Amino acid sequence: MMPDNLISVLFPEGHSLSSGAENTLSGQARSGGKDVEVLGINNGAPLGPETAIILAGHVLEIIKSNSKAPIVFLINTASQRMTRRDEMLGLNEYLAHLAKSITLAGASGHRTISVLYGTAAAGAFIATALATQTMIAVDGAHPSVMDLPSIARVTKLPLDVLAEKAKETPVFAPGVEPLAATGAVTEIWKLSDGQCAERLSVLLADEPVSDIDTRDVLGASRGGRKVALEIAKRVEDAFLHISVSEKAG
Amino acid sequence: MIPENVMNEPSWYESSARARINGLLDADSFSEILGPVDRVMSPHLALFDLPPAFDDGMIIGRGSIDGRSVAVAAQEGQFMGGTFAEVSGAKLVGLLRAVARSAGTPQAVSTVFLLLDTGGVRLQEANAGEMAVSETIRAILDVRKAGVPVVALIGGRAGAFGGGGLVTACCSHIIISEQGRISVSGPEVIETNKGVEEFDSRDRALVWRVTGGRSRVLLGGADAYVKGDIASFRKSAAQVSNSVPSFSLQTLEQEQERLEQRLQAYGGCRDTPEIWTIAGLPTPDGIADLTEDEFIRLLAKEGIRHDAR
Repeated sequence: MMPDNLISVLFPEGHSLSSGAENTLSGQARSGGKDVEVLGINNGAPLGPETAIILAGHVLEIIKSNSKAPIVFLINTASQRMTRRDEMLGLNEYLAHLAKSITLAGASGHRTISVLYGTAAAGAFIATALATQTMIAVDGAHPSVMDLPSIARVTKLPLDVLAEKAKETPVFAPGVEPLAATGAVTEIWKLSDGQCAERLSVLLADEPVSDIDTRDVLGASRGGRKVALEIAKRVEDAFLHISVSEKAG
Repeated sequence: MIPENVMNEPSWYESSARARINGLLDADSFSEILGPVDRVMSPHLALFDLPPAFDDGMIIGRGSIDGRSVAVAAQEGQFMGGTFAEVSGAKLVGLLRAVARSAGTPQAVSTVFLLLDTGGVRLQEANAGEMAVSETIRAILDVRKAGVPVVALIGGRAGAFGGGGLVTACCSHIIISEQGRISVSGPEVIETNKGVEEFDSRDRALVWRVTGGRSRVLLGGADAYVKGDIASFRKSAAQVSNSVPSFSLQTLEQEQERLEQRLQAYGGCRDTPEIWTIAGLPTPDGIADLTEDEFIRLLAKEGIRHDAR
């Protein structure tokens, strides 16, 4: 089922989106007078090899067309599909291939934006929304790595203890707010406020966009990842220092 | 039967991350960055009454192989399952960013080696760990774009699971041993979610048939297969040339075709012997029973190559 309400809110200037096989959608839309490519995964479907390869194929076709059009991904998936057959076939390669294709689009001059309007978890989250340059969470968004009951099982902590700890830190709890704090979600929008189409066209207009990954900067400033940025920088400086001293020696 | 000369070599599977690095690199060439002496530890484990480690289970630095300058990162699978977390992830991401930044300068390295040994994201720091995986992927692709190959070495006890499976498949080249396992959802996770009929995680033979090194290299999930000793990993690592695929539209189009064909040819199979039968391999039911030498001869004879990744 297509997310009709979301589509009409984001693209009031018109679109030609249609649903495809394996819970995908694709087509073009207009935003701020610009042509935009739109891809999506619908129905909260678990991400298996079939869906991943269809979406990656669309992304590669768009890159090949050389249009440099922005690509907006409408995401409502579940986790990666959990079957023995999918793992046997190399699901890790299919998910990585999708993440690589989306990343290549960003590196090739396409502005990539994901709009998360449903669930997205674990490997499916990494392969889709987390592979774009900018992630917008709208009504209904529920990103997660793993749900709290599963975390409780693995960490061997009672669920109520875990839920209590989740109030102290955004570092493991599922949901939009904790993931925004770590820098995963760039902005949170409300579909009913009448400004989403305008906001999207503003995002798509700010070009050329830098393709540098600054999510750890965001995570540090929002307090959800207090040390990652600083450690990565220390490592970078130390790495360059070692080579210089070796050369001097 | 394991040949004697291999049996006496230190095994990759049994070794610590540090021992693997020492065996991989030229003697005394390793310079560690943010090592245990710096005590950069996870700030999140105390909340769960878990002891932190002085290196957070991630060992990074630079060194050389046969005199060529390389960067290396190794996960310690025996600490918190070698998981991606805020500190361990930031160390890896920092290393990769430095490599990309230094490419083409006198400070450049020729290759990055990732000694992955991981259950995936550390659930106690799930969100930070998930971000670490995503940032690692982005950073690996930036390194590849800068013309520096990133090579994954898979053969540790924890395997390469969860986000580690995705990270592996983003590398330019993958070296694996029989003990190496690559997967997204682990067999236990699938059994917990879908039942023992879907995946019996205690059936070790089945687990290895689905996720293990021999199946991965036959199907295309890995490029080079080595015996499980550290010296064999070193030899294969030293042979990786700059001819590995670049991160480009052409490479991804080839990967698209390769993965589409796999799905078309084997999408109806339930177990790997069915795949090997369709693929026309001799003894499709006996792949696991071949000796290491026999298996390596089979790979050479079939001329199996899958390096579009």
